[in-house]
Amino acid sequence: MSVRTFYDPKTRALLAELSGDIDHCTAAGLREPVDKEIMQRLPQKLILDLSGVSFMDSSGIGLIIGRYKLMTDLGGSIVLTDPRPEISKLLTLAGIGRLCRVVDTHKSGSFTGGVKI
Amino acid sequence: MKEKLLNEMTLRFPSLSENERFARLAVSGFISSLDPALDELSEIKTAVSEAVTNCIVHAYRDRVGEITMQVRIYEGQLIYIRIKDKGCGIEDIPLARTPLYTTAPDEERAGLGFAIMESFTDRLRVSSRAGGGTAVTMLRTLRTRKAANGDKSKEG
Ligand SMILES: Nc1ncnc2c1ncn2[C@@H]1O[C@H](COP(=O)(O)OP(=O)(O)OP(=O)(O)O)[C@@H](O)[C@H]1O
Ligand SMILES: [Mg+2]
Repeated sequence: MSVRTFYDPKTRALLAELSGDIDHCTAAGLREPVDKEIMQRLPQKLILDLSGVSFMDSSGIGLIIGRYKLMTDLGGSIVLTDPRPEISKLLTLAGIGRLCRVVDTHKSGSFTGGVKI
Repeated sequence: MKEKLLNEMTLRFPSLSENERFARLAVSGFISSLDPALDELSEIKTAVSEAVTNCIVHAYRDRVGEITMQVRIYEGQLIYIRIKDKGCGIEDIPLARTPLYTTAPDEERAGLGFAIMESFTDRLRVSSRAGGGTAVTMLRTLRTRKAANGDKSKEG
């Protein structure tokens, strides 16, 4: 489990690449660095890149909803990109599509390095 | 269960958060002889992760207690998983099973654990007694892989 963040000042987008398993054990370690970046940069958009996430349960859903609430409070939005099929299924089950867009960047072609330009 | 029991195992481990991953991998390893499809395996691992996490975050909220996980394989690709704790128990089971219901919203819990267990298994049974612990039993029958093998032999 790990997270890497990139901030693009031009688009005011913060990209967070999550990888590994997201469960109750690992969620806090992903939440802290992402929230720290959010509070420091105050981005307009948070992009959570899920392409490297190998496993996720309801703790991951809680993590996404928590970041959605934080970004909404700050007047911003959140986008999820490239979840694997089994994680897509979980996102659908949880109704995440009602809160934010889930984008397949390989199909849309409108993303460079995950950050929309 | 009327099906013939083919294999079984029982694990006992403390309610430490790092054991969520261990429990998933243990079940995954145990049922690997059935050659489950990737989506089936991932759903079973998710259901197990939900049940074990509930023991850790709810049943043994402020302490470390014992979790017992029993897995059985029955004839006909039927998997039985029972995850049990001796923690605080659930007062109102139907309420607890309601999607989005959680007693820990301030900890970023979505209240979806039981809903996920339910949709990723064929049957979910919850028995609990306030103060006496909780047992979650899940049944899941795997698809037979014969069709897939048939396709392969046609290709080859
Ligand atoms: N093993 C258990 N012992 C005691 N209480 C439990 C147990 N499992 C679940 N509960 C209770 O049932 C509620 C619903 O459980 P469920 O797994 O659906 O949601 P959650 O754990 O609160 O959130 P999420 O699973 O989405 O992170 C919990 O909030 C808790 O009050
Ligand atoms: Mg839960």
